[in-house]
Amino acid sequence: MLTQRAAVDRVFHALGDPTRRAIVEKLSEGPVSVSSLAQPLDITLAAVVQHLQILEASGLVQTEKVGRVRTCHIEPKGLSVAERWINERRTLWERRLDRLGKLLAEDADEK
Amino acid sequence: MSETAVVHSTFVIERNFPVPPERVFAALSDPAKKRRWFAEGEGSTTESFEMDFRVGGTERTVRRAKNGLAFTNDTVFRDIVSGTRVVIAYNMSVNDRRISSSLITYELFANGKGTDLIFTEQAAFFEGADGPKIREEGWSKLLDWLGNYLAN
Repeated sequence: MLTQRAAVDRVFHALGDPTRRAIVEKLSEGPVSVSSLAQPLDITLAAVVQHLQILEASGLVQTEKVGRVRTCHIEPKGLSVAERWINERRTLWERRLDRLGKLLAEDADEK
Repeated sequence: MSETAVVHSTFVIERNFPVPPERVFAALSDPAKKRRWFAEGEGSTTESFEMDFRVGGTERTVRRAKNGLAFTNDTVFRDIVSGTRVVIAYNMSVNDRRISSSLITYELFANGKGTDLIFTEQAAFFEGADGPKIREEGWSKLLDWLGNYLAN
């Protein structure tokens, strides 16, 4: 069972690679078979499989075999966890600095 | 599992204000001014706000959210250069449980028409940093999904 930290680290590790980001972007358009990911990215099937293993381990992507074809699709929960974690503190400070801006604008008008 | 999970995050926010740096600095250093934008406006009740603006001085904010949770900021001023820079270290607690410790840097630059502010936070979030109710749902769903996935 992953700890919270490990789960978040895996998401960021997964997204830290440009090829994996390209795969995630492609999958956001809809499910794709593993074999058809390789050619547009100009990498070998073996490389695709390796990237998909990392993406699956991070929870961003899920693959399943239907008949003889393995397809992969986005797992929405993975992205939202990473986004929410990053955004929480940032948006709190964005609101505070918005209020600072209003306060300073009021002071400027008073002069 | 008793391993303490620490997650680190750094983010930068840049803003521009149409007033000279000294005015922005006043909003960082004057307790009455700082309270208005820092403590208030979050939809919570400000139970207390105290500030002693000097290197080594402290600042403490306690806010009570509508859901009953008490949020405490305990700040120490680490570096102050008048009109230019403030560096603070602060802990955030929810109902007396420390959930994070951070370093914040405010940098002010005059730019002719006003002031550029660069705000940087470098944070360490501890285990349970999601807060008792805040994102419990998000994490437990993820872990449920992961558990099912690993079991299959």
